[in-house]
Amino acid sequence: MGFKRYVEIGRVALINYGKDYGKLVVIVDVVDQNRALVDAPDMVRSQLNFKRLTLTDIKIDINRAPRKKNLIEAMEKSDVKGKWESSSWGRKLIVQKKRASLNDFDRFKVMLAKIKRGSLVRQELAKLKKESA
Amino acid sequence: MVAYRYHQYQVVGRALPTESDDHPKIYRMKLWNTNEVRAKSKFWYFLRKLKKVKKSNGQILAINEIFEKNPTKINNYGIWLRYQSRTGYHNMYKEFRDTTLNGAVEQMYSEMASRHRVRSPCIQIIKTATIPAKLCKRESTKQFHNSKIKFPLVFKKVRPPTRKLKTTYKASRPNLFV
Repeated sequence: MGFKRYVEIGRVALINYGKDYGKLVVIVDVVDQNRALVDAPDMVRSQLNFKRLTLTDIKIDINRAPRKKNLIEAMEKSDVKGKWESSSWGRKLIVQKKRASLNDFDRFKVMLAKIKRGSLVRQELAKLKKESA
Repeated sequence: MVAYRYHQYQVVGRALPTESDDHPKIYRMKLWNTNEVRAKSKFWYFLRKLKKVKKSNGQILAINEIFEKNPTKINNYGIWLRYQSRTGYHNMYKEFRDTTLNGAVEQMYSEMASRHRVRSPCIQIIKTATIPAKLCKRESTKQFHNSKIKFPLVFKKVRPPTRKLKTTYKASRPNLFV
Protein backbone atom coordinates (compact mmCIF):
# COMPACT_ATOMS: atom_id res chain seq x y z
CA MET A 1 0.00 0.00 0.00
CA GLY A 2 2.76 2.39 0.81
CA PHE A 3 3.91 1.90 4.36
CA LYS A 4 7.56 1.00 4.39
CA ARG A 5 8.55 1.75 7.96
CA TYR A 6 6.80 -0.39 10.52
CA VAL A 7 6.86 -0.35 14.27
CA GLU A 8 8.47 -3.68 15.00
CA ILE A 9 10.94 -5.14 17.42
CA GLY A 10 14.34 -3.98 16.30
CA ARG A 11 13.22 -0.86 14.46
CA VAL A 12 15.57 2.05 15.01
CA ALA A 13 13.85 5.34 15.72
CA LEU A 14 14.82 8.91 16.40
CA ILE A 15 13.40 10.71 19.41
CA ASN A 16 11.87 13.95 18.16
CA TYR A 17 10.50 15.54 21.33
CA GLY A 18 11.44 15.77 24.94
CA LYS A 19 14.49 15.42 27.07
CA ASP A 20 16.25 12.84 24.88
CA TYR A 21 15.68 14.76 21.68
CA GLY A 22 17.88 13.65 18.79
CA LYS A 23 18.84 10.25 20.18
CA LEU A 24 18.71 7.06 18.18
CA VAL A 25 16.89 4.32 20.03
CA VAL A 26 15.78 0.78 19.26
CA ILE A 27 12.20 -0.36 19.76
CA VAL A 28 12.62 -3.33 22.01
CA ASP A 29 8.99 -4.18 22.77
CA VAL A 30 5.54 -2.75 22.26
CA VAL A 31 3.50 -1.90 25.36
CA ASP A 32 0.27 -1.08 23.62
CA GLN A 33 -1.10 0.91 20.74
CA ASN A 34 0.57 4.13 21.76
CA ARG A 35 3.71 3.23 23.63
CA ALA A 36 6.86 1.26 23.03
CA LEU A 37 9.60 0.02 25.26
CA VAL A 38 12.68 1.68 23.91
CA ASP A 39 16.38 1.19 24.57
CA ALA A 40 19.72 2.66 23.59
CA PRO A 41 23.24 1.79 24.70
CA ASP A 42 23.55 4.92 26.81
CA MET A 43 20.15 5.14 28.43
CA VAL A 44 17.95 3.21 30.81
CA ARG A 45 15.29 1.15 29.10
CA SER A 46 12.06 3.13 29.28
CA GLN A 47 8.71 3.51 27.62
CA LEU A 48 8.04 6.23 25.09
CA ASN A 49 4.96 7.32 23.27
CA PHE A 50 5.09 6.78 19.51
CA LYS A 51 4.28 10.44 19.12
CA ARG A 52 7.78 11.18 20.34
CA LEU A 53 9.44 8.83 17.88
CA THR A 54 10.18 9.07 14.19
CA LEU A 55 10.87 5.70 12.60
CA THR A 56 13.95 5.29 10.43
CA ASP A 57 14.73 2.80 7.70
CA ILE A 58 17.18 0.90 9.86
CA LYS A 59 16.13 -2.34 11.48
CA ILE A 60 18.23 -4.70 13.52
CA ASP A 61 17.67 -8.35 14.27
CA ILE A 62 16.80 -8.90 17.92
CA ASN A 63 14.41 -10.97 19.96
CA ARG A 64 11.68 -9.42 22.00
CA ALA A 65 13.12 -7.47 24.96
CA PRO A 66 16.74 -8.61 24.71
CA ARG A 67 19.33 -8.18 27.42
CA LYS A 68 21.27 -4.93 27.25
CA LYS A 69 24.46 -6.79 26.34
CA ASN A 70 22.75 -8.62 23.45
CA LEU A 71 21.21 -5.39 22.27
CA ILE A 72 24.56 -3.64 22.13
CA GLU A 73 26.07 -6.62 20.30
CA ALA A 74 23.27 -6.63 17.74
CA MET A 75 23.63 -2.90 17.21
CA GLU A 76 27.35 -3.27 16.62
CA LYS A 77 26.84 -6.20 14.27
CA SER A 78 24.41 -4.37 12.03
CA ASP A 79 26.42 -1.16 12.37
CA VAL A 80 23.51 1.08 13.21
CA LYS A 81 25.74 4.07 13.84
CA GLY A 82 27.57 3.68 10.54
CA LYS A 83 24.39 3.21 8.53
CA TRP A 84 22.84 6.22 10.21
CA GLU A 85 25.77 8.53 9.64
CA SER A 86 26.06 7.54 5.99
CA SER A 87 22.36 7.96 5.32
CA SER A 88 21.30 11.32 3.93
CA TRP A 89 19.06 11.99 6.96
CA GLY A 90 21.89 11.26 9.38
CA ARG A 91 24.35 13.37 7.44
CA LYS A 92 21.93 16.31 7.43
CA LEU A 93 21.67 16.14 11.21
CA ILE A 94 25.44 16.05 11.59
CA VAL A 95 25.78 19.13 9.39
CA GLN A 96 23.06 20.92 11.37
CA LYS A 97 24.87 20.18 14.59
CA LYS A 98 28.16 21.38 13.16
CA ARG A 99 26.62 24.61 11.97
CA ALA A 100 25.05 25.25 15.35
CA SER A 101 28.36 24.81 17.10
CA LEU A 102 30.42 27.19 14.94
CA ASN A 103 32.05 30.15 16.58
CA ASP A 104 32.43 33.54 14.95
CA PHE A 105 35.82 32.78 13.43
CA ASP A 106 34.45 29.55 11.91
CA ARG A 107 31.54 31.43 10.43
CA PHE A 108 33.99 33.92 8.93
CA LYS A 109 35.91 31.05 7.37
CA VAL A 110 32.68 29.59 5.99
CA MET A 111 31.81 32.95 4.44
CA LEU A 112 35.19 33.13 2.70
CA ALA A 113 34.85 29.57 1.48
CA LYS A 114 31.38 30.28 0.07
CA ILE A 115 32.63 33.38 -1.75
CA LYS A 116 35.51 31.38 -3.21
CA ARG A 117 33.19 28.57 -4.34
CA GLY A 118 30.79 31.10 -5.88
CA SER A 119 33.58 32.78 -7.80
CA LEU A 120 34.87 29.46 -9.18
CA VAL A 121 31.37 28.52 -10.34
CA ARG A 122 30.93 31.87 -12.06
CA GLN A 123 34.29 31.57 -13.79
CA GLU A 124 33.34 28.17 -15.21
CA LEU A 125 29.95 29.49 -16.23
CA ALA A 126 31.59 32.45 -18.02
CA LYS A 127 33.89 30.06 -19.88
CA LEU A 128 30.97 27.87 -20.99
CA LYS A 129 28.99 30.90 -22.10
CA LYS A 130 31.92 32.12 -24.16
CA GLU A 131 32.27 28.72 -25.84
CA SER A 132 28.62 28.48 -26.71
CA ALA A 133 28.41 32.11 -27.90
CA MET B 1 9.69 8.78 31.79
CA VAL B 2 6.24 9.74 32.90
CA ALA B 3 5.89 10.83 36.47
CA TYR B 4 3.14 8.65 37.82
CA ARG B 5 0.56 10.36 39.94
CA TYR B 6 -0.49 7.20 41.73
CA HIS B 7 1.85 5.57 44.19
CA GLN B 8 1.38 2.25 45.90
CA TYR B 9 1.55 2.33 49.68
CA GLN B 10 1.50 -0.36 52.31
CA VAL B 11 -0.32 0.95 55.38
CA VAL B 12 -0.23 -0.95 58.65
CA GLY B 13 -2.48 0.06 61.51
CA ARG B 14 -4.45 -1.13 64.47
CA ALA B 15 -6.85 0.07 67.12
CA LEU B 16 -5.31 1.71 70.12
CA PRO B 17 -4.68 -0.69 73.01
CA THR B 18 -7.34 -0.48 75.75
CA GLU B 19 -7.68 -2.07 79.19
CA SER B 20 -9.86 -4.85 77.76
CA ASP B 21 -7.66 -5.50 74.73
CA ASP B 22 -3.96 -5.14 75.27
CA HIS B 23 -2.80 -6.32 71.88
CA PRO B 24 -5.35 -5.43 69.23
CA LYS B 25 -5.08 -7.12 65.85
CA ILE B 26 -2.82 -5.39 63.37
CA TYR B 27 -4.14 -4.86 59.87
CA ARG B 28 -2.20 -4.20 56.71
CA MET B 29 -3.52 -2.75 53.47
CA LYS B 30 -2.02 -2.01 50.12
CA LEU B 31 -3.44 1.15 48.64
CA TRP B 32 -2.98 3.41 45.67
CA ASN B 33 -3.08 7.12 46.09
CA THR B 34 -1.27 10.23 45.10
CA ASN B 35 0.50 10.84 48.40
CA GLU B 36 1.01 9.39 51.85
CA VAL B 37 -1.47 11.61 53.61
CA ARG B 38 -4.27 10.54 51.33
CA ALA B 39 -3.21 6.93 51.62
CA LYS B 40 -3.48 7.02 55.39
CA SER B 41 -6.90 8.59 55.13
CA LYS B 42 -8.07 5.93 52.71
CA PHE B 43 -6.75 3.25 55.05
CA TRP B 44 -9.08 4.45 57.78
CA TYR B 45 -11.95 4.68 55.27
CA PHE B 46 -11.61 1.00 54.45
CA LEU B 47 -10.84 -0.13 57.96
CA ARG B 48 -13.93 1.60 59.31
CA LYS B 49 -16.04 -0.38 56.89
CA LEU B 50 -14.50 -3.67 57.96
CA LYS B 51 -13.81 -3.31 61.68
CA LYS B 52 -15.10 -1.22 64.56
CA VAL B 53 -12.18 1.21 64.57
CA LYS B 54 -11.77 4.83 63.56
CA LYS B 55 -8.82 7.13 63.18
CA SER B 56 -9.57 8.66 66.57
CA ASN B 57 -9.23 5.33 68.36
CA GLY B 58 -6.59 3.80 66.17
CA GLN B 59 -3.02 4.32 65.19
CA ILE B 60 -1.00 3.87 62.03
CA LEU B 61 2.05 1.79 62.71
CA ALA B 62 3.81 2.06 59.38
CA ILE B 63 3.36 3.44 55.93
CA ASN B 64 5.82 2.48 53.23
CA GLU B 65 5.84 3.12 49.55
CA ILE B 66 6.05 0.04 47.38
CA PHE B 67 8.13 0.44 44.25
CA GLU B 68 8.06 -1.59 41.09
CA LYS B 69 10.65 -4.32 41.12
CA ASN B 70 11.42 -4.33 37.40
CA PRO B 71 10.13 -1.30 35.54
CA THR B 72 11.80 -2.33 32.30
CA LYS B 73 9.61 -5.38 31.80
CA ILE B 74 6.14 -5.18 30.26
CA ASN B 75 3.39 -6.96 32.15
CA ASN B 76 -0.30 -7.56 31.71
CA TYR B 77 -2.09 -6.28 34.79
CA GLY B 78 -5.58 -7.37 35.73
CA ILE B 79 -7.44 -5.02 38.04
CA TRP B 80 -10.61 -5.98 39.84
CA LEU B 81 -12.54 -2.97 41.00
CA ARG B 82 -15.79 -1.93 42.59
CA TYR B 83 -17.18 1.40 41.49
CA GLN B 84 -20.17 3.53 42.14
CA SER B 85 -22.14 4.57 39.11
CA ARG B 86 -25.13 6.86 39.03
CA THR B 87 -27.42 3.92 39.65
CA GLY B 88 -25.53 1.73 42.08
CA TYR B 89 -22.38 -0.24 42.77
CA HIS B 90 -20.84 -2.55 40.20
CA ASN B 91 -17.85 -4.83 40.00
CA MET B 92 -15.53 -4.76 37.08
CA TYR B 93 -12.44 -6.48 35.78
CA LYS B 94 -10.08 -4.60 33.51
CA GLU B 95 -6.80 -5.50 31.91
CA PHE B 96 -3.92 -3.18 31.10
CA ARG B 97 -0.51 -3.58 29.59
CA ASP B 98 2.17 -1.49 31.23
CA THR B 99 5.65 -1.65 32.63
CA THR B 100 4.66 -0.81 36.20
CA LEU B 101 1.65 -1.51 38.37
CA ASN B 102 1.34 2.16 39.26
CA GLY B 103 1.14 2.97 35.58
CA ALA B 104 -1.58 0.39 35.08
CA VAL B 105 -3.55 1.77 38.03
CA GLU B 106 -3.27 5.26 36.63
CA GLN B 107 -4.49 3.97 33.26
CA MET B 108 -7.39 2.36 35.03
CA TYR B 109 -8.45 5.56 36.76
CA SER B 110 -8.16 7.47 33.50
CA GLU B 111 -10.18 4.88 31.62
CA MET B 112 -12.92 4.69 34.23
CA ALA B 113 -13.21 8.46 34.21
CA SER B 114 -13.41 8.64 30.44
CA ARG B 115 -15.47 5.56 29.58
CA HIS B 116 -17.84 5.51 32.56
CA ARG B 117 -17.57 9.03 34.02
CA VAL B 118 -16.54 7.53 37.36
CA ARG B 119 -14.33 9.79 39.43
CA SER B 120 -11.52 8.41 41.53
CA PRO B 121 -13.18 8.68 44.96
CA CYS B 122 -15.92 6.37 43.71
CA ILE B 123 -13.51 3.59 42.72
CA GLN B 124 -12.31 0.91 45.10
CA ILE B 125 -9.57 -1.42 43.92
CA ILE B 126 -10.37 -4.90 45.11
CA LYS B 127 -7.41 -6.73 43.71
CA THR B 128 -4.60 -6.38 41.24
CA ALA B 129 -2.54 -9.11 39.71
CA THR B 130 0.07 -9.67 37.05
CA ILE B 131 -1.53 -11.93 34.53
CA PRO B 132 0.49 -14.27 32.33
CA ALA B 133 -0.27 -13.88 28.66
CA LYS B 134 -2.24 -17.13 28.40
CA LEU B 135 -4.83 -16.06 30.93
CA CYS B 136 -5.63 -12.63 29.59
CA LYS B 137 -9.26 -12.20 28.79
CA ARG B 138 -9.47 -8.97 26.88
CA GLU B 139 -8.81 -8.90 23.15
CA SER B 140 -7.27 -5.47 23.33
CA THR B 141 -4.42 -6.74 25.50
CA LYS B 142 -4.17 -10.09 23.73
CA GLN B 143 -3.52 -8.44 20.38
CA PHE B 144 -0.12 -7.30 21.65
CA HIS B 145 0.94 -10.79 22.66
CA ASN B 146 2.85 -11.28 19.47
CA SER B 147 6.60 -11.54 19.44
CA LYS B 148 6.69 -10.52 15.77
CA ILE B 149 4.39 -7.58 16.20
CA LYS B 150 4.49 -5.19 13.30
CA PHE B 151 2.29 -2.25 12.42
CA PRO B 152 2.77 1.04 10.63
CA LEU B 153 2.27 4.41 12.23
CA VAL B 154 -0.42 5.85 10.07
CA PHE B 155 -0.31 9.59 10.75
CA LYS B 156 2.78 11.48 11.70
CA LYS B 157 2.03 14.30 14.08
CA VAL B 158 4.17 17.23 13.04
CA ARG B 159 5.19 19.29 16.01
CA PRO B 160 8.20 21.44 16.91
CA PRO B 161 10.71 19.71 19.15
CA THR B 162 10.43 22.33 21.84
CA ARG B 163 7.50 24.53 22.73
CA LYS B 164 9.71 27.55 22.19
CA LEU B 165 9.74 26.90 18.44
CA LYS B 166 5.97 26.82 18.24
CA THR B 167 4.50 29.44 15.89
CA THR B 168 0.92 30.22 14.97
CA TYR B 169 1.55 30.33 11.22
CA LYS B 170 3.70 28.02 9.13
CA ALA B 171 5.08 28.64 5.67
CA SER B 172 4.02 25.29 4.20
CA ARG B 173 1.50 22.54 4.83
CA PRO B 174 2.84 19.67 6.88
CA ASN B 175 3.74 16.27 5.45
CA LEU B 176 1.78 13.74 7.47
CA PHE B 177 3.20 10.60 5.86
CA VAL B 178 5.40 8.68 8.20
